[in-house]
Amino acid sequence: MIGYLIKRLLLAVLVLWLVSLLVFVGTEILPGDVAQLALGQFATPESVATLRTELGLDQPAALRYLDWLFGILQGDWGQSITTKTPVADMLSQRIGNTVLLAGTTTLIATPLAICIGLLLSLGTGGWLDRLGSITILGLSATPEFLIATLAVLLFAVKLYWFPAVAYLSPGASWQDTARALFLPVATLVIVVTAQIARMTRAIISNLLGQPFAEMAMLKGVPRYKIVSQHALIMAVGPLANVVALNVAYLVSGVVVVETVFAYPGLARLMVDAVQARDMPVVQACAMVFGAVYVILILLADTLADLFDPFLTTSRKATGQ
Amino acid sequence: MTQNPVLEFDRLVIAQTSGGKSILNDISLSVAKGEVLALIGESGSGKTSLALSALGRIRPGLMVRHGNVRLAGLDMIRATEQELRHRRGKSISYIAQSAAMSFNQRMRLDRQVTEPAAVHGAMPAMAAIKRAHALYASLGLPDPGQIGARFPHEVSGGQLQRFMIAMGLLLDPDLVVCDEPTSALDVTTQIEVLRALKTGIRENGTAALFVSHDLAVVAQVADRIAVLKRGDLIECASTTEILENPQHDYTRELIRACQRWPVTARDLVAKKPPAAAEGAIEARGIVAGYGSVTNNKPKIEILKGVSLNVARGRVVAIIGESGSGKSTLARVIAGLHAPAAGTITLSGKTLADRGSGRTRDEMRRIQMVFQSADTALNAKHSVGRILGRVLDFFGDKSPGRIAELLEMVNLPAEYARRKPSQLSGGEKQRVNLARALAARPEVLICDEITSALDTVVAASIIRLVEDLRDRLDLAILFISHDMATVAALADQVVVLKQGVVVENGAAPDVLLRPQADYTRLLLGSVPELRIGWLEDTAPGAPAL
Amino acid sequence: MTTKPDLAPLPRQRPSLTLWFSFGVLGAFVFIAVFSPWLVPFDPTEFVTDLPFQAGNGASILGSDYLGRDLFSRLIAGTSLTLLMGLGATLLAHLVGDTLGMLVALRGGWLDVVLCRIVDVALSLPKIIVGLVVVAALGSSITTLVVVTGLIYSASVFRVARALGRDLVGQDFMRVARMRGEGPVWLLFGEMLPHVVRPLAADFAIRMSFAILFMSSLSFLGLGVQPPLADWGALVRENLQGLGGGSLAPIYPALAIALVSIALNLFVDVLGERNDAAELSK
Repeated sequence: MIGYLIKRLLLAVLVLWLVSLLVFVGTEILPGDVAQLALGQFATPESVATLRTELGLDQPAALRYLDWLFGILQGDWGQSITTKTPVADMLSQRIGNTVLLAGTTTLIATPLAICIGLLLSLGTGGWLDRLGSITILGLSATPEFLIATLAVLLFAVKLYWFPAVAYLSPGASWQDTARALFLPVATLVIVVTAQIARMTRAIISNLLGQPFAEMAMLKGVPRYKIVSQHALIMAVGPLANVVALNVAYLVSGVVVVETVFAYPGLARLMVDAVQARDMPVVQACAMVFGAVYVILILLADTLADLFDPFLTTSRKATGQ
Repeated sequence: MTQNPVLEFDRLVIAQTSGGKSILNDISLSVAKGEVLALIGESGSGKTSLALSALGRIRPGLMVRHGNVRLAGLDMIRATEQELRHRRGKSISYIAQSAAMSFNQRMRLDRQVTEPAAVHGAMPAMAAIKRAHALYASLGLPDPGQIGARFPHEVSGGQLQRFMIAMGLLLDPDLVVCDEPTSALDVTTQIEVLRALKTGIRENGTAALFVSHDLAVVAQVADRIAVLKRGDLIECASTTEILENPQHDYTRELIRACQRWPVTARDLVAKKPPAAAEGAIEARGIVAGYGSVTNNKPKIEILKGVSLNVARGRVVAIIGESGSGKSTLARVIAGLHAPAAGTITLSGKTLADRGSGRTRDEMRRIQMVFQSADTALNAKHSVGRILGRVLDFFGDKSPGRIAELLEMVNLPAEYARRKPSQLSGGEKQRVNLARALAARPEVLICDEITSALDTVVAASIIRLVEDLRDRLDLAILFISHDMATVAALADQVVVLKQGVVVENGAAPDVLLRPQADYTRLLLGSVPELRIGWLEDTAPGAPAL
Repeated sequence: MTTKPDLAPLPRQRPSLTLWFSFGVLGAFVFIAVFSPWLVPFDPTEFVTDLPFQAGNGASILGSDYLGRDLFSRLIAGTSLTLLMGLGATLLAHLVGDTLGMLVALRGGWLDVVLCRIVDVALSLPKIIVGLVVVAALGSSITTLVVVTGLIYSASVFRVARALGRDLVGQDFMRVARMRGEGPVWLLFGEMLPHVVRPLAADFAIRMSFAILFMSSLSFLGLGVQPPLADWGALVRENLQGLGGGSLAPIYPALAIALVSIALNLFVDVLGERNDAAELSK
């Protein structure tokens, strides 16, 4: 078991290193000269050259990569080209906002979605299941901006219940923060709940088709117990994976929702940085996203292992 | 009919929901209190569907079109979910073929075995555990007080099957339904489980519905036998009656097929002696397995230095239980699995380890037939296309060759247009043979080609292979775990145990005068079609 | 046996409402896409009124957009663009993903290991962000959008195709063919392809809904289709400001996207259920 975990950890580190390589090469081959962009099109060739030296752009790429990588390892993410402030400072503020949004959504959506998924599995084939399944299928296929705009139209424009723009001021009371968060969180809860519930139902109904579930039924185990005990314990691994993928999406993929509600999250920061060719920020964001994904998957896999007696117990079948 | 039956099928018709094809036709049967009724039939005869209907379970895609099933008076077909639940696991229980699939891999065995008690509130948890442990002991499980704390993957297949029997007997049901409870097991394990099952049923006075394809197994436990063929009940009588005075042709055929075992010297007179000349195919010192190879030894060693040779016109059989490495040997010879050490020679010429290193002609001369014709034939191609591709590939342009090949395996020429899904199991295996023959091989490797077939069809495939050996002068390597099949076909027998040849000799010598203890145990464990055989066979060494 | 038993009638297979719904929606949108030049009541680029965000009336069904153009006409004109872009990107994703996935499943070895690692890493970065970065760098031409989207989704398709291929490679009929010495061309096209056509077609439909959502999101964020052209995502963006005034203008194109996406998903879902049932009754 310990060996397994160490292997997993090493693999995660390897993937992270590959991500760093991909991010660096990716930002490297993007056209557009950073120095030229930073200084504007009227800059003299001399000043551009000076800035290039200042930024270290005249060094060979391999050297700059190593420099960047070791910087990150020591907590030095470099300096933003546009704002001239340390990237780490810019990140930490945005990370807080993103954790707030993603965390709140996850805490609401995950239990809700799994309960809905299990509930729908209880009456497979019944009208509740059909109606519920079509609803979550419809919701999971709906673009986020439709849900977001409808939410704004209803709650902000028609009813005036919540602000349309989720502006987070540092000194705001928790009530104001909660009000500001409501619409983006509600939108994302709908999106994520639909996804996770749909996958939960698919995973459980697949398990219910297996012989062990039929055997439980033939022992007289009631259906709710087959779902909540026999199937659920087998579903831990795949479910953890689904949740991990959705949390990763909440951290890095919610740029549309952040845009609609003008929410200052990480994804927006990265999109803005891309448009401004602020490479240190782009690289830092990409690394954070990659790391979040890798860590979440690592956690999900480890959780799955913990529930697998094949790995946690050492006795193997005797004979044969 | 019987007085106060525990279970009664009354003119039951079960059909497919789409298309409406009946898989069970007008079945009327009953099981009396404490009686063991066996259902015997080939695969696809609908026997599992009949067994499950006793528990009120109709699998998706099927429906009851007529009749009913009564368990102690309750109509199980029209019963409510609630009524079914109260009976399942309590008054009727189910023992499935594959214990490995039927247990939840993530729950401890004790919990699963005692679950019927928990869901029915039939006895306190402690009492249930005690009862389970007592059953473990009577079923011959080692360390009955502790073993239930394990997970399913921590016990062997034979042990797991016994846990399922314990689960079925836990609440003293009126009836247990056993669906091929020993078919997935090796013979030496099968006899132990069979003995345990019989004891369990007899001690508790439980009635049983025992489903099997193996008449010899059924004869050991059943009071009465019902014979099913393609959804029809063709005969039902007491076990003695069926064995001594069968009424139906199919039953007679079934009995004849089972009577090939045990073999006598007279059955073996026609065997050819091992050829003195060098074999058409020869394996020398084969070591093979999985994982990294160091010093010519793989990390997980499956074959530990196996040598044998097969001459043309001879059948050499390899017998062994699961894990003996017999299939790995076939794959090594066929070039599908590179050995870590040893050589394969074809008519004196050493072959490359891997298929990719062999010439097209060398590949043509060695052909292999796989166990499951279902997966060995590409389901998306017609029979004609499957055979035609082999001919094209090897540049065989003889006209009418496809019809000739089909004729060779006793199939009509118009089968060329059919898809594998339109063939029966036996027909598929014939096409599979024809596909191998299309290459005009010298060596034919048959890997368990009859084990997915029922007794009667298997017997006809054996006759076909025998005929092909003589007609085409083939060197045949015949891999099987079924002793009766081997006895009928083999000129020479090689006994393999955990990657080592324990015995190798002419068929009459090995089968009638076995030298190795293991061979003796193996031969002694094969059920004979004789009432009382199980009792006559002394419990041998524990399952290996 | 005395008489034949009277058999209960078979259940009639109900015509599935959801199947007809998805058929109908997809058929209607394809029809609109093909005949859009004849279906638009107004030129989608002409101004029909001076006022933005007018409510709908007899001639202009959905009213005007943020510049005073006919929204309905623009929606119709955007249909073929949206669907064609989705189709093109999905075709590319499947062309690349299927070929590589199946090949790697067949060959195994170092190529398999390397490609799988690359795909793992690629999937660790959020698709929308990768799309935004690359499109921002290369410029938002329609070709770029389609190619970038296609390549981004080819990673997911690769995984699906490889998994399907791996299942097949372990089967005996593949061993039979290999034992004969068949080369990769026959193995891929002769033996494997017939088995994967249906699951890959199902994936194609789902993937196309993803591609349409993805490119709509890019357009919505302003990095997709550029004016004066507009796909549905761009129409949402253009008219988003009307939302504050209570205009429904951004809702219609978003609804259109949702409809197509839901129809594609439902279609695959229902067909999959039918196949399962057919498989069971074999």
